[in-house]
Amino acid sequence: MRQKIGDQPRIVGFLCKWCSYAGADLAGTSRKKYPSNLTVLKVPCSGRIDPLFVLKGLRLGFDGVLVSGCHPGDCHYQTGNYRARRRIVITKKFLEYLGIPEERIQASWVSAAEGTKFARVVADVVENVRAIGPNNLFNNEG
Amino acid sequence: MINQMAEVLVEPRIGVYVCHCGSNIAGTVDVEEVSRFAGELESVKVARDYKFMCSEPGQNMIKDDIRELGLNRVVVASCSPTLHEPTFRRVCQESGINPYLFQMANIREQCSWVTEDHDGATVKAKALVGAAVNRVYYHEPLDVRQVSINPNTLVVGGGIAGIQAALEIADAGHKVYLVERTPSIGGHMAQLDKTFPTLDCSACILTPKMTLVSRHPNIELLTYSEVEDVSGYIGSFKVKIRKKARYVDMDKCTGCGLCQEKCPWKAPSEFEVGLGKRKAIYIPFAQAVPNKPVIDAEHCAYFLKGTCRACEKFCEAKAIDFDQKDEVVEVDVGNVILATGYDLFKPSGIYEYGYGKLDNVITSLEFERLVNSAGPTQGEILLKNGSHPKSIAIIHCAGSRDKDYHEYCSRVCCMYSMKFSHLIREHMAQTKSYEFYVDIRSFGKGYEEFYNRVVDEQTVFIKARPSKVTQDAGKLGDESKLVVHYASSDGTKHQQPVDMVVISTALEPQKDADAVGRLFGVSRSADGFFRERHPKMDPMATMNEGIFIVGCCQGPKDIPDTIAQASGAAGRVLAMISKGEVEIEATTSVIDEARCAGCRVCEGLCPFGAISFDAEKKVSRINEALCKGCRVCVAACPSAAISGKHFTTKQIMAEIKGMLIESKRGS
Repeated sequence: MRQKIGDQPRIVGFLCKWCSYAGADLAGTSRKKYPSNLTVLKVPCSGRIDPLFVLKGLRLGFDGVLVSGCHPGDCHYQTGNYRARRRIVITKKFLEYLGIPEERIQASWVSAAEGTKFARVVADVVENVRAIGPNNLFNNEG
Repeated sequence: MINQMAEVLVEPRIGVYVCHCGSNIAGTVDVEEVSRFAGELESVKVARDYKFMCSEPGQNMIKDDIRELGLNRVVVASCSPTLHEPTFRRVCQESGINPYLFQMANIREQCSWVTEDHDGATVKAKALVGAAVNRVYYHEPLDVRQVSINPNTLVVGGGIAGIQAALEIADAGHKVYLVERTPSIGGHMAQLDKTFPTLDCSACILTPKMTLVSRHPNIELLTYSEVEDVSGYIGSFKVKIRKKARYVDMDKCTGCGLCQEKCPWKAPSEFEVGLGKRKAIYIPFAQAVPNKPVIDAEHCAYFLKGTCRACEKFCEAKAIDFDQKDEVVEVDVGNVILATGYDLFKPSGIYEYGYGKLDNVITSLEFERLVNSAGPTQGEILLKNGSHPKSIAIIHCAGSRDKDYHEYCSRVCCMYSMKFSHLIREHMAQTKSYEFYVDIRSFGKGYEEFYNRVVDEQTVFIKARPSKVTQDAGKLGDESKLVVHYASSDGTKHQQPVDMVVISTALEPQKDADAVGRLFGVSRSADGFFRERHPKMDPMATMNEGIFIVGCCQGPKDIPDTIAQASGAAGRVLAMISKGEVEIEATTSVIDEARCAGCRVCEGLCPFGAISFDAEKKVSRINEALCKGCRVCVAACPSAAISGKHFTTKQIMAEIKGMLIESKRGS
């Protein structure tokens, strides 16, 4: 039988190109294994991540969203990840207001050297999102 | 899926190419299935899979399709864009399509290589291809920015790596600013005695280069200086350098050395790694460049108590200037080469070895100074009590290849440890040396031959990582004896009494490598050293264009490798200087003045001061020369007036949506 990850939690990951996207590439070159549920969208900086992207993802039927950028203090653009961090907090509050479990947004800082960490983060995120169950809020109509 | 056709002027005709990458992708992902899926997507005119898309026939396949089918957008699903995005953008450009009308789907590093689940990987690959197709639909042609290269170069760090890079560029006729934090260039190499495997005297091969630097008309040497701030981008960096006060007027000083002779105040010498003393006003070592003194305010009686001024009294040139202040200079450069070197691992952390507690347990660098004829003992290998040791143990891999400290191999310790045995034999023919090694790594040119030579010289090699070093007086009779405890491979425990223990310590990143990395926008790899653009194909460039890394700041390496890398980076910089300009990504953001409400939220967010407010028109404006393309302003603009080129909201929204095409079709 074909196993569809569509039946499992679907997660979209917004990764900054300097740290986390490179960390995800390193997980690949090091052949670290992690669940296939996450598809990555590359952004120039975690500071580019508009809270609307997160909402759009959930609106379209993703079960969870991962936001990942450089470690605090290591932003290629100096302060973009601090902006991202604040926006995540506010977006979580907003989700709470909408009655959406805040765990649908997950965030983790992953550096370009942390391939192993990236694989672990994906596994954890998939577990956490699976625990809150599928996102049926918008009936997946997109 | 796509319902905003009106936004796109010319109807998109998309070609999708799915790469097998041999079995790297095709072994896990059903590439034919992915290609079939892509072929059914809206606006896709052709979808193909091929063994190696990056090969000549692969590239030609795309070119032919562009010509014959009139494609105006291309998606390649293959490896990470870090590797082949430039390749395929060039293919587009050569076929008359703007290179930004291309999108890559990473189905290798982020798909086939990270799972063994074939079905899951195929579904994921389709999601990534769907996203790329949806995204490329909204791509806009962009102009690549051409920026001119300032022919001046900044080299940071005056060890052998920085010296070599600076000389190569300066010899080619271009200006170099060489910044060194300590009072003299020379770095660690100046402290070494002989160099393996040829046994050249380190100073003899280094000091001619140091002198060349000091005399070179194209090198501006800034010693006792540190970089404080870096702004700009490849081709035109602005760098602020703090020249610390030396309290000696370098123009007046003749370097006669009388001041340091007369100075009554002493401090441990950094150059002699604390084994000798220097004065409060001092020239770090005999061959220092510049060969002029500096006052160490922390140990100078004038700065501490307001008295003394002996140096000032004796200086005939009137060069002492207690009122000198730090000076900040600003330079413009096109490229930067970081050659900031390494620190030595402090073995006091491995308390079992007794460093810092037991007499006659010393580090490798301390031994280099002891055995050096210009060192604190004039080259006599002496114990603390002034006698010659009759036996010396050399313990390899202290801090290296040890998960408690550094997992990596420091690459030079085996060789310098064996060099020590040879030097011990040369200085004291009767003294026995014991090499406690984990594995002998003698990989360089002439290294294995050197190992054989040291074996022939009756050096005792013991394959063991000692458990501890003690001063077991009573049992073995002689109170001054150290005892090295170790177990041989069969598990039997042994004790080897010796007079001296040399700990071959690891090379580790400089203590402030994180701060320096942040200053120059260079990230670090898991070992803490600066991270190269590609570990094999580009070991001297970094992800930050125009910033290169050479020598041990990139990872432990020996002198020949350091020289090769430094010359290589210099060559890269020279190539850019000779071309005169470089293409950089069209990455800036633009404000639509018609939509801008003039709220100025963006202005406060921009880390680069690129946004200014036009008070007359009441709109904000972005200076493209200063914008670095983080697009933090785009996400913040409440009226969506700012668009980040190539990462527009429309493109990203389409990409998110595209990821789900597959699952919706399948269900």
